[in-house]
Amino acid sequence: MTRKQKRLSVILGGLAFLAAATGLTFYALGQKASYFYMPADLVAATIQPGQRIRLGGLVEKGSIVRGQGGNVAFAVTDKEKSVKVTYTGILPDLFREEQGVITEGTFGPDGVFVADSVLAKHDERYMPKEVADGLKAKGVWVESESQ
Amino acid sequence: MVELGHFALVLALALALVQTVVPLVGARFGSQRMMAVAGPVAVTGFALTALSFAALATAYAQSDFSVVSVWENSHSLQPLLYKITGTWGNHEGSMLLWVLILAFFSALVAVFGNNLPDTLKANVLAVQGAVGTAFLLFILTTSNPFARLSPAPIEGRALNPVLQDFGLAVHPPLLYLGYVGFSVCFSFSVAALIEGRIDAAWARWVRPWTLVAWIFLTGGIAVGSYWAYYELGWGGFWFWDPVENASFMPWLAGTALLHSAIVMEKRSALKIWTLLLAILTFSLSLLGTFLVRSGVLTSVHAFASDPTRGVFILAILVLFIGGSLALFAVRASALTAGGLFQPISREGALVLNNLFLTTAAATVLIGTLYPLAVEALSADKISVGAPFFNLTFTPLMVPLLVLVPFGPLLAWKRGDVLAAAQRLMTAFGAALLAALVTLVFIDGASVLAALGAGLAFWLIFGALTDLAVKAGVGNVALAVSARRFAGLPRSMFGTALAHLGLGLTLLGMVGTLCFGAERILSMHAGETVEIAGRSVRFDGLYPARGPNYTEERGRFLLLGPDGAVKTEVTSSKRLFPVRQTTTTEAGIKTIGLSQLYISLGDQANDGSVVVRIWWKPLVILIWGGGLVMMAGGAMSLMDRRLRVGAPARRRSKAVAATGAGIPS
Repeated sequence: MTRKQKRLSVILGGLAFLAAATGLTFYALGQKASYFYMPADLVAATIQPGQRIRLGGLVEKGSIVRGQGGNVAFAVTDKEKSVKVTYTGILPDLFREEQGVITEGTFGPDGVFVADSVLAKHDERYMPKEVADGLKAKGVWVESESQ
Repeated sequence: MVELGHFALVLALALALVQTVVPLVGARFGSQRMMAVAGPVAVTGFALTALSFAALATAYAQSDFSVVSVWENSHSLQPLLYKITGTWGNHEGSMLLWVLILAFFSALVAVFGNNLPDTLKANVLAVQGAVGTAFLLFILTTSNPFARLSPAPIEGRALNPVLQDFGLAVHPPLLYLGYVGFSVCFSFSVAALIEGRIDAAWARWVRPWTLVAWIFLTGGIAVGSYWAYYELGWGGFWFWDPVENASFMPWLAGTALLHSAIVMEKRSALKIWTLLLAILTFSLSLLGTFLVRSGVLTSVHAFASDPTRGVFILAILVLFIGGSLALFAVRASALTAGGLFQPISREGALVLNNLFLTTAAATVLIGTLYPLAVEALSADKISVGAPFFNLTFTPLMVPLLVLVPFGPLLAWKRGDVLAAAQRLMTAFGAALLAALVTLVFIDGASVLAALGAGLAFWLIFGALTDLAVKAGVGNVALAVSARRFAGLPRSMFGTALAHLGLGLTLLGMVGTLCFGAERILSMHAGETVEIAGRSVRFDGLYPARGPNYTEERGRFLLLGPDGAVKTEVTSSKRLFPVRQTTTTEAGIKTIGLSQLYISLGDQANDGSVVVRIWWKPLVILIWGGGLVMMAGGAMSLMDRRLRVGAPARRRSKAVAATGAGIPS
């Protein structure tokens, strides 16, 4: 190989590498990014079984049922619709009724949302941003909830 | 004292403006007197910022609730340590710490830059001054830590309980020393662009500064990771949280910079690339500051939210990143490119390293910013988490890690892959053995886990092989090679240690992720659970009191094979009455390099408690490897060949200078 060819092949190799990395990145963004929904949004959305989403809203009053071995069932509501969620594990310290919460997981075949992570904010004054925005958009935001 | 601090900060802003303008004009028109202003002004600016910081820290230590920031983030019952660390456990104080460290680095350049060419030193300090001006202006106009409150409340609202931890004393200062340390590399790069040339002094200076910043950033990330691990009670060491990514991106770019700076120093090649990389690394630091401080992110870390601040930092970001890149676009063609080399050579290996690391940094950047972009452009809200990074970041890292041991064994200019491969046969054997042992002897080991273990051992033995080959082990008499080994330059030990540390961290990750065990169950007092061949008995919940909290302590007993109690682990839930906040204090027992990790959940009506127990094999190595990497960096820094006044001396003086500069 001449020097010119050598340099060309190095540059082409580098570009091919970058192209592969870019392709992989955008493929992964399409596949692995999880969308945020509130219960009422789910009516219009088509969600494949097994597709990971984040479901946010308020923990519905009186819906928390603690089962055996760290199982817990509760409902997430946006005051229009509510969705049943099950979770196994330790709930965040701030998890309680009427508190903003974001759960992440997939829908089971029975239409119950199986969460593998539950987030509530570590700051009392703070509602998860997505949940606050969603409630505001639906006009059910009560300002005191942010305090 | 508070007003004095405020006043000192305003004076520091005035001086930063002088530090920006006067030396820049002086360098442009060749005025020695104007250029000579830079040094003393930088040192005075540091002293004033330090005074200001000390004033704020004093207000915190004395619980002066007439200061808004103290009222919001402190409480008279807090232990003194958390009163003081609370100084930077909030937006205002944390920005002041940022600027203090920036001023500190400027002062270091001013004091130890006497052997730099006059114009270069003047320009570097001017750029440092410009960054300082922008951030001081930001603090004074949008985030004044000295704002008063009248009438003064009797009691404060207390520091966020999650932050009431020793981690807050260490993590932010280390992280900022890393973040802001890269400002020096940035300033050197912009100064070189302003002058339109890269001289020898430039090349010699950039590497030690990069090393210093990199060591601190590595430490900051490792401490942050361990802090999140034990404080959040989730048992994870890395969450791909945007705030974590914000510190990880400059680390990846900084690691690339560290390697390309070697090529520049030794072979004076890759100059323009190194210069660009220095700009990009600090840009990522600025971006990280923006992401964390502007409140654009939703994350457990983001404890600041105010849009005016966001816009201001965004403006700073655009000004410095855009400005420096524009300058680069205009001036880079005027710079002379460096030496040539064959693709297969030490330089080639380092270029490959840079290609992988910068691509990885770009992947993390896209994953971090994509949700923000989507949310800005459409109504959709998405999150990009671990599944994305596992799919993109991991495939980029694995080939890089496979290649790491080859790099140091290739010769400069033209290397021989086959010869390097031959020398690495022992390391390859060790890696293969590790993989086979994992696969055969550990129950439930997957092929992937075995490959991971193999890769970790490949890195560890690769690093050792590097030292052995350089000392000539096996080629010359043992006594001779021992003597050679002792005489190897420190930077070679540095390289080997850093790569060894990388292998250890990987081994810790493989151990924890692939061989860990986890149980979630509800337990009554007296019940026993088996995990990874160990028995843990739940002894019951006991109430206890701390200085500013009450807690329910769960006592767990680790039993020996004969049923005798070996050791006790306490995990608790703390209630901080001032903020009405509960935190989970995980119970952690270190056994060798592994840990038993117990997290408490809620108590059910029947008196049972939800308990989550993890067995985390080799988990200590994750952070231990980080420490070894830092030690490698420090070793490299002590290399006598970093000629600009021996850096070892410079560092000890630097430490002395901080001690003298902060009256407290």
